[in-house]
Amino acid sequence: MSASVDAPGLAAGTDLWRTVARTVRRNAWTLGLLGLLVVLLGVTHAIQPSYGAAGVESLAKAALPVALVAVGQAIVVIAGGIDLSVASMMALTNVTAAALMKGTSDEAAVLVVVAVLVLGIALGAINGTLVVLTRVPDIVVTLAMSFVWAGAALLVLSTPGGAAAQWLRDLYNGTVGSEWLPKALVLIVVAAALAWVPLRRTRMGLVFYAIGSDKLAAFRSGVDIRRTKVASYALCGLFSAMGGLAITMATGTGIPVPGPYTLASVAAVVLGGVSLAGGRGGLVGVVLAVFVLRLVRADLVFLGIDPNFTTVIEGLTMVIVVMVGAMLAMRSRRG
Amino acid sequence: MTGTSTTAGDSGPRWASAAALRRVVRDQPVLPLLALLVALVVAMQLVQPGTVSPAWIGTSIKLAIPLAILAACQTLTMLTGGIDLSVAFVASMSAYLIATQAPIHGPVLGVMLALLACALAGLGNGIGVGIFRVHPLIMTLGTGLVVVGLMTVYQVEVVSQGAKVPAEITWIGGANSFGVVPNALLLFVPLAALILWVLRRWGFGRLLFAIGDNEGAARLAGVRVWAVHLTLYVISALLAGIAGLVVAGVTNVATVTLAERYLLPSVAAAVIGGTSIFGGRGGYAGSIVGALILTVLTSLLTVMRMPEGVRLVLFGAMIAAVAAAYTRITEER
Repeated sequence: MSASVDAPGLAAGTDLWRTVARTVRRNAWTLGLLGLLVVLLGVTHAIQPSYGAAGVESLAKAALPVALVAVGQAIVVIAGGIDLSVASMMALTNVTAAALMKGTSDEAAVLVVVAVLVLGIALGAINGTLVVLTRVPDIVVTLAMSFVWAGAALLVLSTPGGAAAQWLRDLYNGTVGSEWLPKALVLIVVAAALAWVPLRRTRMGLVFYAIGSDKLAAFRSGVDIRRTKVASYALCGLFSAMGGLAITMATGTGIPVPGPYTLASVAAVVLGGVSLAGGRGGLVGVVLAVFVLRLVRADLVFLGIDPNFTTVIEGLTMVIVVMVGAMLAMRSRRG
Repeated sequence: MTGTSTTAGDSGPRWASAAALRRVVRDQPVLPLLALLVALVVAMQLVQPGTVSPAWIGTSIKLAIPLAILAACQTLTMLTGGIDLSVAFVASMSAYLIATQAPIHGPVLGVMLALLACALAGLGNGIGVGIFRVHPLIMTLGTGLVVVGLMTVYQVEVVSQGAKVPAEITWIGGANSFGVVPNALLLFVPLAALILWVLRRWGFGRLLFAIGDNEGAARLAGVRVWAVHLTLYVISALLAGIAGLVVAGVTNVATVTLAERYLLPSVAAAVIGGTSIFGGRGGYAGSIVGALILTVLTSLLTVMRMPEGVRLVLFGAMIAAVAAAYTRITEER
């Protein structure tokens, strides 16, 4: 701005360069993940030359439930909480959808989907309300509620069963337009965008970041902390319900046992650059992190490594990435 | 944070006022918890008259001991504001290593090997949390995944050899003396006494409270916080290893996922016992009672022939209710 006296063209160039540099710096973590994903895709193609459109489709399918629930988890974590009951909520919504869809027409199944999404919002809102009313730490409340929702899932269906409407299953299988664009990927992008755009562009999204980074400051700026907190949990419930529906789509049945999604969602949130302390990070990185984790797992299979080692590698990846992130953060604070 | 102990003499007349009650609950959380435990036992007797017998009490204690030891891991780490989610995996590892190594090297060396592996896992946690400042939730989860993976690989390696829990371990974990007294108490009572003593009287115990209360202040006061974390997580993993040994003894089988079902209950027992997940407040006595409460509650719900779903719902509701009651009573405002 100040150096634009005798060389305006050059200054405009440096301004643009600065903007780019700033954007890169601000989104360094996300861009790094994107780079990692691209490299991993290249590596995958190198070790398994037949890896192509079909591979991408199965990757997107495997990532779908985790990505959805990780987006929900990220919203709660950004708002300063954590939800350990997401896997149980997924199980409950999954069995509810499957049980209600058994023997219903395709039109009624639409109603079921809407009802299950509303159910997810309600479950999340109950979690949030309990956190706010009891003032018990989030982690404890949602830990207790994980038992409650898992129990409720067993009451809906005591054994795996139910059905899924055909159109719902078609929504999940196959590709649209190009064979390189799996439907599951479209679902992830649409769902993430539905959450991401309001989160970045509206007051509602801003207050999530506000209460996550400094509750007191947010309160003094006129934010209704309790309502915001409940809203963040309700959104997480909504995304957990989408994750539950994704399981229904994928399996065509309801499984009343929570899968390993809670830990996976927390891992993706942390890898995705969202601070567990709240108030920092975005959803794009989280979705990318889910893909990176899934692709690493696929690569290990292609490499013929004992599939049991995948858990070891995943644990190490998580820990090492977080350590590197912590060290980078420390260095940038010093510098 | 001095853990003032009101003597029985002067707490008597002050029971009358609500503020005094509040103080008692805050300083002696074990008392109302014991009342809850007794209420559950009475409910048990009412639901199924004749259930409560010395043998039943012995069995309940035997089932509660592994949970109580794992709750110690959570209590100690939660006092510093951390958590140890690797304990269930580490405990399973210890059980499986004992069951596969003891037949070759004898029980003593087998147990030593298992505990050595546990200490290594704990060292990993400690380095991550203490030196690299990784959030304990993530670090211990990562370590847990690594441990599970390694054990699954190891399982494939030794599958031909088979796993057998040595008789000595079954004797400690599963058998009774004089008909009703579980032998596991021989292990647990000294262990619990040591933990309580360390927390109350040792410098290390006070350091845990200090770090949980205000880490910055502790550091400024000259505490080497990283060293405390390192020691703490190694101790936690060793305790988990001992818990795994007891679980193997109780069930007389060893699998690589043996103790996983204890993970969330161990956190719940510590929370019910009055230890704050934010650190600085709590103690081990409450966690022991918490473990007993969860065990009795589970058997009560089983006796009432509740479906699994209802059992889980009530289990979760109970944890939430106790935690909420705690916060309500002990909150200073």
